[in-house]
Amino acid sequence: MTWKQVFTSSVGKKLVMGFTGIFLILFLIIHVGLNACIWAGDNGVMFTQAAHFMGGNWVPRVLEIGLFAGLLLHIIQGYMLSFSNQSKRSQGYAVDFGNRGSKWYSRSMGLLGTIILLFLVVHISDFWLPNRVSQGFLLGPEINLFDKMRVEFSELWVVILYVLGCLSLGYHLAHGFQSAFRTIGVHNKKYNTLLSTIGYAFAIIVPLAFAMMPVSFYLGWV
Amino acid sequence: MEHYSMNLNLKVWRQQNAAAKGGFKLYRVENISSEMSFLEMFDVLNEQLVHAGEDPITFDHDCREGICGACSMHINGKPHGPWYANTTCQLHMRAFKDGDTIVVEPWRANAFPVIKDLMVDRSAFDRIIQAGGYVSVNTGNAVDGNAIPIPKNNADEAFAAAMCIGCGACVAACKNSSAMLFVGAKVSHLALLPQGDPERGSRVVNMLAQMDKEGFGACTNTGACEAACPKEISLSNIARLNKEYLAASFVDNK
Ligand code: HEM
Ligand code: SF4
Ligand code: FES
Repeated sequence: MTWKQVFTSSVGKKLVMGFTGIFLILFLIIHVGLNACIWAGDNGVMFTQAAHFMGGNWVPRVLEIGLFAGLLLHIIQGYMLSFSNQSKRSQGYAVDFGNRGSKWYSRSMGLLGTIILLFLVVHISDFWLPNRVSQGFLLGPEINLFDKMRVEFSELWVVILYVLGCLSLGYHLAHGFQSAFRTIGVHNKKYNTLLSTIGYAFAIIVPLAFAMMPVSFYLGWV
Repeated sequence: MEHYSMNLNLKVWRQQNAAAKGGFKLYRVENISSEMSFLEMFDVLNEQLVHAGEDPITFDHDCREGICGACSMHINGKPHGPWYANTTCQLHMRAFKDGDTIVVEPWRANAFPVIKDLMVDRSAFDRIIQAGGYVSVNTGNAVDGNAIPIPKNNADEAFAAAMCIGCGACVAACKNSSAMLFVGAKVSHLALLPQGDPERGSRVVNMLAQMDKEGFGACTNTGACEAACPKEISLSNIARLNKEYLAASFVDNK
């Protein structure tokens, strides 16, 4: 079996989803951890140091290319899989199976992902893009992202958009976290139970922490 | 439970052949016993149709005792009807009340084309089995069963996976029309036993290739298949298939 055969098979395509999904989960841990520095109570000093480490240093900047590649692969493969799966039943049921036996969010990964994608377009053009433009896409002078957050998150609609983005991410992960491990072959029931518990906790805690960032700025907590 | 009789309205999918455009037709059956099976109720309806000079409804059935997997009917939005871990032939009319309207459809999946009315062509499953769902052995004397030690837990899990009757309810329930619960059960059954070990790699690769070729979708682990399966085949068999596939693809040296 060639690599081509592996990665064009239905399981191979899902392996790509699973591995990129877990990779993105690892990224989220770093992202939420560094961003949490906004709550250090030092008017952004620690946060700016963290942001400078990520943006003004070659190592994370090279890893960033991998992040975009992984994200892109996840998005493209996700849509291709969703459309291909949808095409397997040309004639639907008059009475649908509905909610019995599966969670709505497990059946809506494409939709939830699309909301995340729309959020990401706004989010990346809010912070990442202006910063990289200022840096000339190399290691030039960075903008003050803490001040930028304060400006962006003074608008209610931006805050609402971010909270909605985080909500979609939460549901995406509520299924995605444990699904990804099943996809890459974890079949021991003991571990599956453990992973789905950790997955639910992750899907609540991480998006909640992200959502609290714009809320904190809006309410003047930081 | 007390016996009772009921009158029912049936909304049944009628389709002349694979190429024809089908549609629902309404029927009324009267005086149906709560102790009848769902298929016996269909027998009554078909008698009625034959007497009226109409074409009886075509549906698949064989054993009528829940072991062959032929009786594919999607009843009120659920493969094999409302009861948990049950086949259509073992569904009894006490699941319904007098005056109910019951909607009956064939399995819906491009890989399971309708042959006529409620009967679909499930031969795709046969071809998947032919692709690797077996153990190659030379003929000769059967080895004594106790000569091959098998851990009790593996034997139990292999047996649970071998319970699959190939009914296709998993495909019918899956939003992706994926056959992964079926293929996962077959792959797991043999991967768990020493007899299946020598061919484990080629088996999973070939069976999956056939599944894809037949036009079934990819698994997204929603769990609808497990909930619809009459034999309670566990979703973890799919994860085991994934593991077998991953292992085979890394080890294979072509
Ligand atoms: C940017 C937009 C995104 C889109 C369009 C998207 C789309 C999808 C789709 C369609 C699936 C397949 C569903 C399935 O196979 O069950 C999926 C799975 C998954 N996604 Fe995303 N996603 C996005 C972002 C993310 C992010 C930011 C993360 C995590 C940090 C993530 C984590 C996962 C995980 C863990 C899975 C499960 C993989 C599996 O079941 O094997 N996704 N995504
Ligand atoms: S896995 Fe269950 S639902 Fe699927 S074919 Fe086997 S017995 Fe039927
Ligand atoms: S007719 Fe054999 S399982 Fe229902």
